Amino acid sequence: MGWNWETAQELWPLLMEGLRILLLVTLISSLIALALGLVVALTDRSAPRAVTMPLFAVMEFIRNTPVLVQAVFVWTAVTMWLGTAASPMWTGAIVLGVHYASYTAEAYRAGIDGIPKGQWEAITALSLPKPRAWIAVLLPQALRRSTPALGNYVIALFKEVPILSAIGVTEMVRQVDGYAGLNYTGALEGFTIAGLIFLVVSYPVALLMRKLEKRLAN
Amino acid sequence: MDFLGNVTAALPAYWTPLWVTIGATVGGSLFALLVAFALGLMAGSRFLLLRGVARTVIEFFRGTSLVVQLFWFVVVLPLALQIRFDAVIVIAILALGMNYGAYAAEVVRGAIAAVPPGQLEACTALSFTYWQKMRLVVIPQAWPEMIPPLSTLAILLLKGSSLVSLVSLADLTFQAQVLGRRPDQEMLFHLGLILVVYFILSYLIATGMRFLERRAKRGLGQEPPKKSALARPVPVEVQSAAAAAVER
Repeated sequence: MGWNWETAQELWPLLMEGLRILLLVTLISSLIALALGLVVALTDRSAPRAVTMPLFAVMEFIRNTPVLVQAVFVWTAVTMWLGTAASPMWTGAIVLGVHYASYTAEAYRAGIDGIPKGQWEAITALSLPKPRAWIAVLLPQALRRSTPALGNYVIALFKEVPILSAIGVTEMVRQVDGYAGLNYTGALEGFTIAGLIFLVVSYPVALLMRKLEKRLAN
Repeated sequence: MDFLGNVTAALPAYWTPLWVTIGATVGGSLFALLVAFALGLMAGSRFLLLRGVARTVIEFFRGTSLVVQLFWFVVVLPLALQIRFDAVIVIAILALGMNYGAYAAEVVRGAIAAVPPGQLEACTALSFTYWQKMRLVVIPQAWPEMIPPLSTLAILLLKGSSLVSLVSLADLTFQAQVLGRRPDQEMLFHLGLILVVYFILSYLIATGMRFLERRAKRGLGQEPPKKSALARPVPVEVQSAAAAAVER
């Protein structure tokens, strides 16, 4: 039951297919998380309390419960509603995206809170209209501050995609599991290589984010 | 048709799984704290070798996915130790502890690096040993700064503990799916129920950590924090880098 290079070779195409799906899901989920998070953060700033209070509660609930259970819940609900099996990839990508939106919203919020008071006063002094103030003054400064945190959340999201194997998204872990289930071998090779692939993809991005963070801190 | 009766009859089946989730979370957190202090102190060491080892371990566990680590531990540990591993919960605690411990190590290192240099100079002036310096001066001041990010990590660990269901450990997540599949039960009800239970557990962790933070700050004569119990999440990587920036 030691390491077998032939098995590793057989697993390679499966892992690459898994990686392709993994990256695809990461892309869809990140876009949802980045867009929805911004919408939530802006709503939190401008909407009346009757809207922000329930929104806050929903975001707290999503953030403090496991994405695995959320994914199975939504997949079951959508499948019941459609009457036929829901697409694991799309369901999973949307659930993961919304889950991470509850984090990115906080990153955006922190960025907006970090804008110096003088900027708000200047907006009032120039009587800039609200949309113009956000687009030309506030958001460029807020986004700059939020970028490293947002980047770190995208990396974290990438590493959580394998959770979606539970609803049948055929990313790397699911591929290895499938192979090992058929052939009674390959788990050692598969999970080791999958781990290394994660490291190879996520580590350079993490280093880039840390560099960016330091540059923006000064 | 007696939905309520069926559900009530099924509820006692959650008792053991609830304790599996709590056990994995508490065990994992304690092990993570141990790993965090060991790696965090090593990563802040003067010696290149210690720093190098700590950095490698930290980056390795932070750079790969928890799910992969969990599966890897389940497959490899029994092979490497040449035994059959029946106590999956031990593997789960090791995997959770190593993964979140690596993140927490950055928190520990960052908070220690953020202690004002004058404090360290005073220790040198008093010719304290390394351990005296750490135990009496540095860690008591760094500890309150660590608690909010550690609280975020503990909640992440609770959520991560649901992944043990993927390696067939009967925790809340596993049990809800088993019960939900029974013909006399509703899947959505059981999943919804445990979501609420997870939320309550998160809230308990957040409240407990706030209590610890208040106590730690009082111990230093600092103003206790005033925010609500469910605090905003502290982005952990950013936090540590901010502390590292202070260090320079």
